[in-house]
Amino acid sequence: MPVMLPKTVNMGLVATLVALLAQPIVPAAATEARVTISNFTFEPQALTIERGETVRFVNSDDMVHTVVAADGSFRSGPLDTGDSFVRTFPQSGTIAYFCGLHPFMKGSIVVK
Amino acid sequence: MRKDGKETSTELVLTRRHALECMVWAGTGLLWSVSGGIPRSLSLLDAAQAAEAAKGAMTFLQISDSHVGFDKEAKVTAVDTLTEAIDKVKALPVKPAFMIHTGDITHLSKDGEFDDAARIIGSAGLDVFYVPGEHDLIDPGQGKAYLDRYGKGTLGAGWYSFDREGVHFIGLVNVVDLKAGGLGNLGAEQLAWLKSDLDGRSTSTPIVVFAHIPLWSIYPKWGWGTDDAAQALALLRRFGSVTVLNGHIHQIVQKVEGNMTFHTARSTAFPQPSPGTADKPGPMIVPADQLRSMLGLTSVDFTVGRERLAITDTTLA
Repeated sequence: MPVMLPKTVNMGLVATLVALLAQPIVPAAATEARVTISNFTFEPQALTIERGETVRFVNSDDMVHTVVAADGSFRSGPLDTGDSFVRTFPQSGTIAYFCGLHPFMKGSIVVK
Repeated sequence: MRKDGKETSTELVLTRRHALECMVWAGTGLLWSVSGGIPRSLSLLDAAQAAEAAKGAMTFLQISDSHVGFDKEAKVTAVDTLTEAIDKVKALPVKPAFMIHTGDITHLSKDGEFDDAARIIGSAGLDVFYVPGEHDLIDPGQGKAYLDRYGKGTLGAGWYSFDREGVHFIGLVNVVDLKAGGLGNLGAEQLAWLKSDLDGRSTSTPIVVFAHIPLWSIYPKWGWGTDDAAQALALLRRFGSVTVLNGHIHQIVQKVEGNMTFHTARSTAFPQPSPGTADKPGPMIVPADQLRSMLGLTSVDFTVGRERLAITDTTLA
C-alpha cells in the first residue's frame, strides 16, 4: 500500500536518530576538531585543520572564559565550565584568537 | 596673636596651602589580616592613630569582585559571601557616607546575577558608585546589561566623576576592548575625558581614582596591570593627594609612590593566588573554614586637612 511506505521510512529515520542519540557525545561529523580550555590555556595552542572544518572549543576549566578572534571576526559568549563554542572555518589562513576575559590566553587556528 | 591681621591672614593661607599641597595620604593605614582567628596588624599606623582616623570626617567603603553567579565552591556561593559582607556593612557602628564597587559585580553578566547583586548590595541602604569589571560586560550586548543598570550619568563605557566633602572621585573603565596578549585598557577617548575633567582643578584637591583592573603593573603575565595607565597617572601626578583603588586580583597589594597611594581590595567571592605563586591565576580552592579569612571589605577614612587617609581592610572571618 502506498500509505505504508512513508511510515516505514519514518520508522527507519526514528531508528537512525535513536541510534545516533544513544552514542556517546562525539563530534557529529568527522571533520569537527576540538580545542580544550584548561588551566587558563587553550590546548592545542595552535590547531591545524582543513578548510571548511568545524572546531569545538570546550571549556573544562573552573573559570569562565571566552573565545574572541583577534581580528574581531567572531566572539563567543561566556563559556562556563562544560560549555562549548562551535565555529566553522571556511577560508584558508591563520586565525589568532584569545580569551576576552584573560587576554594573556592566546591560541590560533591554522586552516590549510 | 600676630602683630597685624594681614600677616596672620598670609600665614594662615600659607599654612593651609602647605597642609593641603603636602598632603600625602599614607594609605598604609591599618591593614588587618586575620588568620586562624587571630588578627594581625601589618600596618605602619598604630592603634591610637587608627582610632583617631575612625573619627574622620568621612568614611566610605570599597567592595569588589562579588562575582554573583560563581558557585564552584558548592557549600559557599558568591551570593552567600556577598550577603555576609553586606551584613558586616550593616553592622558598622558608624554608617559610611557611601560605597564604591570596583567591578566584577557578576560572574557571567546574566540579568539574574545583576538582580541578585543589586538586591543584596542595595539592602545596605547606601549610595553605591560602580565601575564594571570584565565579567560584567559579557552579555550578548557586550556591556548593555551593565550600562542599562549603572550607566546613567556616565560617559562612554561608564566612566564619570563626582565630588564629596571636597574630594574629587573618578570612576574609570579599563575592561573594554581588551586586546590579545594585552592588559587593561583605558583608551584615547577616556584619557581625553580625564584630562578635561582634571583641567583647571586645584592641585590641592584630594583625588580618589577607582577602576577594576589595577592602574599599576602588579603582574602583567596574568594581566594584572593597565597598558595605558601611565598616561592617566601622568595627568594625576601634579595633585598633592591621589588614592588609586582597584580590584580584579582578589587580594590586597599596595604601594605608595610620591603623592600617590595604590591599593587593591579583596574579593567578596573567592581568593586568587599571589603573583607567581601558582602557574595560573584561577580561583583558589581553600578549606571552607579558611575561605572567609581571604575575603573582605575595604574602608577608607579621611579628614581633609589632617594629612591623613586610612585604608582599613577587614575580612569576613
